Parts: sequence; C-alpha cells; structure tokens
Amino acid sequence: MNYLNLINCMRCGMCLPHCPTYKETFLETASPRGRVALVRKFEEGELADSERFAEYLSLCLDCQACASACPCGVNAGELVAEFRCERKEEKGLSTLEEIILHRLLPHPDRLEAAVAPLRLYQKSGLQRAVRTLGLLKLFPEALGRMEGLLPKLPAAPLRRTLEEVTPARGEERGTVGFFLGCVMSLVFSGASLATVQLLSAAGYRVITPKEQKCCGAPNVLGHDKSGLLEAARFNTGLFSGYDLDFVVTDCGGCGAELKKYGHHLEGEPMAASFSAKVRDISELLAGEGEVLRPQLTPLPLKVTYHDPCHIAHCQGIRSQPRALLKMIPGLDLRELPESDACCGSAGTYNVEKPQMSDRVLARKVANVQATGADYLVTGNPGCLLQLKKALAERAPGVKVLHVTELLAMSLAGGDAAEKAVAQRGLM
Amino acid sequence: METSFIKALAEIVGAPQTLSDPESLACYGYDSTPELQARPGAVVLPGSAEEIARVLALCHGAGVRVTPRGSGTNLSGGSISFDAGVVLQTSRLNRILEIDEENLTATVEPGVITSALHRGVEARGLFYPPDPGSMNISTMGGNVAENSGGLRGLKYGVTDDYVMGLQTLLADGTLLKTGGKVVKDVAGYNLNHLLVSSEGTLGVFSEITVKLIPRPKSKKTMLVHFPKLEQAALTVSRIIAARIIPATLEFLDRVTIKCVEDYARVGLPLDVDAVLLIEVDGHPAQVEEDAAGIREICEKQGCSFFQTAADAEEALRLATARRVALSALARLRPTTILEDATVPRSCIAPMVQLIQETAKKYDLLIGTFGHAGDGNLHPTCLTDERDHDEIARAHLAFGEIFEATIAMGGTITGEHGVGVAKKKYLPRLVGGSGIKVMRAIKNAFDPAAILNPGKIF
Repeated sequence: MNYLNLINCMRCGMCLPHCPTYKETFLETASPRGRVALVRKFEEGELADSERFAEYLSLCLDCQACASACPCGVNAGELVAEFRCERKEEKGLSTLEEIILHRLLPHPDRLEAAVAPLRLYQKSGLQRAVRTLGLLKLFPEALGRMEGLLPKLPAAPLRRTLEEVTPARGEERGTVGFFLGCVMSLVFSGASLATVQLLSAAGYRVITPKEQKCCGAPNVLGHDKSGLLEAARFNTGLFSGYDLDFVVTDCGGCGAELKKYGHHLEGEPMAASFSAKVRDISELLAGEGEVLRPQLTPLPLKVTYHDPCHIAHCQGIRSQPRALLKMIPGLDLRELPESDACCGSAGTYNVEKPQMSDRVLARKVANVQATGADYLVTGNPGCLLQLKKALAERAPGVKVLHVTELLAMSLAGGDAAEKAVAQRGLM
Repeated sequence: METSFIKALAEIVGAPQTLSDPESLACYGYDSTPELQARPGAVVLPGSAEEIARVLALCHGAGVRVTPRGSGTNLSGGSISFDAGVVLQTSRLNRILEIDEENLTATVEPGVITSALHRGVEARGLFYPPDPGSMNISTMGGNVAENSGGLRGLKYGVTDDYVMGLQTLLADGTLLKTGGKVVKDVAGYNLNHLLVSSEGTLGVFSEITVKLIPRPKSKKTMLVHFPKLEQAALTVSRIIAARIIPATLEFLDRVTIKCVEDYARVGLPLDVDAVLLIEVDGHPAQVEEDAAGIREICEKQGCSFFQTAADAEEALRLATARRVALSALARLRPTTILEDATVPRSCIAPMVQLIQETAKKYDLLIGTFGHAGDGNLHPTCLTDERDHDEIARAHLAFGEIFEATIAMGGTITGEHGVGVAKKKYLPRLVGGSGIKVMRAIKNAFDPAAILNPGKIF
C-alpha cells in the first residue's frame, strides 16, 4: 500500500455528496473519506483486519465518483480495491474464484461453452417454467438474483459470428482493432454489431482478433493480481501484432481496464503504447460528426443518458456520448439528474450486496422517470443488465439500449431498424 | 463508554443509528481540520427533533458530553469530541420544511445540505446567498453554528445576516424558540445572533428559518491580471470607493497562480503578482454600468489583462483558476493547513506581503487566495505532517500572522470558527472581558457544561 496516497487525503469531505453509499446512509464509515481513514488506521496499526473491518470496506461500489470530486487527486475507490487485492494475495483465492478467474475467464471457448446451457435453459422454456412456478425462491439468494438479471441471450456470441475483418464503408480512413468484451459478446452481441457497423460507416476498417481474452477487470474485482497481469500481457501482445490506429471497445469496464495496462505493466513500453490507443466507442465517434451526420436519419425519440462509472469517473468521458447522441436529427436528449451516480450494478456488487445495490438503484430509477424519457441509453454492459431488469419491472415504458444501438437505428433509418433490433431480442 | 449507556442511546435512536465499534469511532475521530483527532465514546444519528431532545436529556442526566456534528467539514476541530463523549450527527434531519414565497423565508431541518437549499429556492426565482466552499456537503445546522461565509460575503453578507428564526434544543433537551418570520422584532435580547456562531456550545438547532431575497436577474464575470500586488489591492479599494459592490471579488497570489497553472494549464501568466476574479450581479442595466466602471478602474491601475465573459460558459471558464485554487495547492504536499485570517480590506496588500515574508522567514510554502473584497484571506500552508520540524515552523508562522492580523484591526478567523484550533489566540483578540462575558453566557445556557466542551475558550 502506498502510504503517501493515504495521507494525501485532507479529509475535506468534498467526496461525500458524490458517494452513493454515503448518500444512502450518512455514515462516515460508508464514505470515501472514511474508507481512506480505515485503511490508513489499519496501516498504522490502530485497527485490525476483522470481519467487520472487511465488511465496511466491501460496501464500496468502486464507482470512483469520489475520485472525480477529490481536490487532492486521491482515488478512494481504487485505493480500497488495491488494499483488498493486497490482503487477498496474503490469503489466497477461494476454489470458486480460482475456477472462474483462472480456468474460465481467460479462455473464451470455455466461457462460451459455460454460457451455452443458459441459452438452452431459456430456449427450452425451462426459464419460463422456473419463473412462473416461483422456483427461484428455492435458489440461494445470490443465484436467484443472477438468474433474474439475465436477459434473453442472443443465438450465438458475437466472437463466433463476426468476421475477423469488417471493411470500411466508403473511403477507408483508418484501421481499428475491436475489443469485444465478454459480456458484450455473450449477452449484448446486437449492440456490439451496431458498434462495428458504426465504425465501418465512419470509414474504419475493423479488425476483431478472435483469440482475445477477458480484459482482466473481473480479476480486479476478485482481488486477483496475477490473473490481471496475465490478461494484460496477452491482449497487449495480440493487438500489437496488427497495425492499428486505435483499439476500440463499447464496454466501459473493458475500456477503463485496457487504458490501465500501461500502469499495470509499468516498464513494458508495448503496454503503454497499447493503452494510449484505447478509445471508448463514443470517444472516437464523437469526433467523426462530418462523416456520420449525413448518414443519420431522424429519430423523434425522448432519450436520456446514464453515465457509467467506468466511462465518466474512470475515463473522464462525459461530453462525447452526449455529442454523439445529439448528431441524431430530431432526437430529444434530456439530461438525467445525477446522471453520473452509480446504478448499483458495480461488477458483482448487485449480487453480493443486494440491499445497498437496490437502494442505489431505486434512486437511479426515480431520476430516469423524472426525465420523462422513452429510452435510456448507456455504454456499459453491467449498467445495461441492471437497468434493463429494473426498468422492465418498475417503468416498463422506458426501453434500455446501448448508445450504439440507438445510433445504428438512426443509421438504418427509423421504424424498420427499431423492429430489427427488437427482433434480435435486445429490447 | 459503558454498554448500558450505549444501549440507552440505542433505545432512543435505534441500534443501526448508534455506533460504538472501533471502526466507526475511528471514522468519527476527525473532521476537516488538519492534525486534530480524537475518538468519541459513541456516535448517534437521530432521526427527529424529539430524538435529539431525548439524547440530550439522557446525556445531561448522566453527565456525558455531547458534540454536535453535521457533515464533519469543520476547519477548527469543532466537531471532534475530545473527551470520549457522544457525537450527535444531524444529517438524517434533512428536509426543507417550507419555502414561503409571501414572507420570503425558507424553513429547514439542520441536516439540509446548503447547496440543496440553493437549488430549492433558485427553482422559484429566489436566492439564499451564503456559499461556503464546502456548500455541496456542509449542513445548514453547521453553517449557522459556525456563521459560515463564502464568496458572496462582500455584497450579500454571511449566514448571520439571513437567520431569522431558530428552534434550539438546549443542553437538557428543552426547546428554545427564538425569532421567526418577522423582519422587525425587538422583544428582548436578540438570542438568534447569540446562537449563530455558538459552535455547538449553546444548543443543537432543530429548525432554522432563513431570509430569502429575489434572485439577481443577470451577472457578469471578469478576470484581471496585475503585474504588482499593490495594483490589485488598490483596485479593490478603488472599486468600493467608486460605490460599486461586486458580488464576488476574489484574489490569487503569485504562489497560487503558479500552482494553478502547473495543475490546470488555464493560461495564467507566471510573471504577475495577482489575479482578481470579479463578478457583478443585479439588474442588467446596473450590471453593464458596474462592469464598465470596473474595467476603467482596473486599466487605470495598470492591469496587464482584462477579460469579460461573453456567456455563462465563458464565465465558468474564467472562474476556473479560483475554483481549482485549493485543489492545485493541496496536491503539492500531503498536509494542507488552510487558514482564514481576516483584515479590513484596506489592509489586503500589507497583509499578503506579510504572509509572503513570514513564509520566507520560516522556509515554508504558503499560497494565499481568498475573498479580497471582504478582507477574508486564505493563507494556505503546504506541508507534511510527518515533518515535525516543518509543522512546528508552520505554527510559529501562523502565530505571527495572527498577531499581525489583530494589530491591523482584523480577526483570527473570518469564517472557520475558533473551535480548538484558534483557542489560544482568542484572548488576545477579545481580551479578558470578552472571555468573561462569553463564559457567563455559556454558563447561563449550559451550566452542566455538557455541550461541546473545550471549544472556543
């Protein structure tokens, strides 16, 4: 633990109004300032690493809204994650974590095979039976929540169906590598297909290396540093084998992690140059208005945008997705109150800390409803899972889409596109 | 603290709102004051005025000391319990009870966040001016207890100028109502003004009624550079002498300018002594006239750069340097000692000069920025709490700075409060009779001395 990072906190409290868990509880222990104090007091020997101590730290969503607000440049969210990572190194991974983080995630084939039974589960009608018969109550709570989050899966992961090279439409203006992201490829393949279409429409040749692996963000969540570094080395090497202008992702979580490879693999120049090329899709396309705008047809929809933590707080990208949406003629873009507050998804937080996650989510849903929007768009699969489920239950009139899905609708033109998207089972 | 007493507290406010585990106590052992820490015996978060009253009555009966706390952004150690007493956090009482558009008042609970009140009244075309630096998290209860100021103090005054009515729970839990919605009220002693800036030593506010004013129709923002400090200081005096009262008249010194430029690259020149951020507001015609007058004065005093924001976006950009001043300074070193020495505005130039000389004398890095219009400066010492020798020199330097402040007819604290941090300087400022009167008042309100003991004097 870097002690200097801990004492840099001057306890001014500027982070408090931005912390979702503080806003819900008003407890200092549930605030970024409090978490820095807890870690510091542990390092100074004043507090022990008890179960209660760990419980306090585990309430952090790691949304890093505190980092955006801190005058001194302290990132309490990252600091807590690093601290928990260090403690984990001493204690070791559990068997389940070992299986998921080391044997499953780094191998896309195995991961896809593991998801296949879920597809069968939905297709066979078993999911409907389980849900209507209320059998979920028989599952352990966490498993029940996971099942509840699962939207209708696409017929096949995008990694399987997408060609390695997608040519540019019109004049070729550059080449990008497309980083798929596990959840995007497995669950939101329609959105990622839209992303590739948009890149192509903007004049980019898109290369999607098929051997790419999970970015390593789940390893960070599982406090598994060795798995993270292995993923970083592999992906860096793979993408560096192509001549690319940018590496693009439409997953906020992946983007934030890929941009940190240079930091994780300090002293390895290839990693730094890889990270420098990484762009969130909105970041790249916001600058392509001249090429894109003439291709977009009107969409007279009321739309609001949710800032994913991994895009707004971790990557500092806020204006670009809005600029991109404003390119769509006739679109009524409404600003979401507290747009950059976490939705409560936060990796696996919604499964591990269901109560707090629900409180944070309820606030988000109320804010979405206040805008009167028909569409909520965002740029991260975790948020999509969380918000699709929540709004389907509590505000069924509001459809939830990835930013690129809405743009692709405008690209193809109006209702036909919307229907096509609906048929692919993405709404 | 005894388990039975903690149990009695929990019976009043509920177990989840009663904290006594070592982790919680460690997290309530600080506020925003550097260097000061002490663990309380317990923490309670009451949910109603009645619960506050019952907690106070319980503590009063048992002789347990109580330290009220809002969001814990105090800068003088005022919300720390130094004798293992009970910290009473008011955050859960956070409702805006009423915005009365006929009487132009707002009535709030003590835990309402200052900027939430701003948003609430501005949505109705009204205005609550006090805007302390911590307004996005500071509570109204804390603002009243500390008489918080802010950037708009010069034209609009401070919290005290807006408090019209208070409901205060006294040390034994009984309710004291003072003032109300009437503008004129001379019935007996003006207890409102006594309770404002009482720093939690006289009572705990359960309801606060503040005055509102109409929201100014327009404003104009200007940024001005001055090669010499005296030019900037003289400009401040000349603007006021010309009968122009800007809403904001903020100042950055050379050290702060360099830090801001290193950190934010906003295009500030490194060869100027001072930058002023000036904002005028009011009726559009008046705003135009004031802005023109200010430009003339600045140019006459030899400013090297003058820019007026064309729109709200540009205004925000011009204000960046002032807005990031504290961040830019605080990032340089681990420990930031932010002071609030305040002098009559005619003494700004000699004061800034004295601060710079004192910093040199004690080999310290001190950046000064602040509210030039009302003489409230923030000399900010950037240091490292692990360097005991440097910390000792910082305290010596501030001792000299406070002495000079008093000599110039100023005060040791313009808006942060005395708390424990400025306690030793207070007798020099108010004299023996001042302390005697304050003690007598404290004794009249709280003879058992359970409310925030050891603070102020």
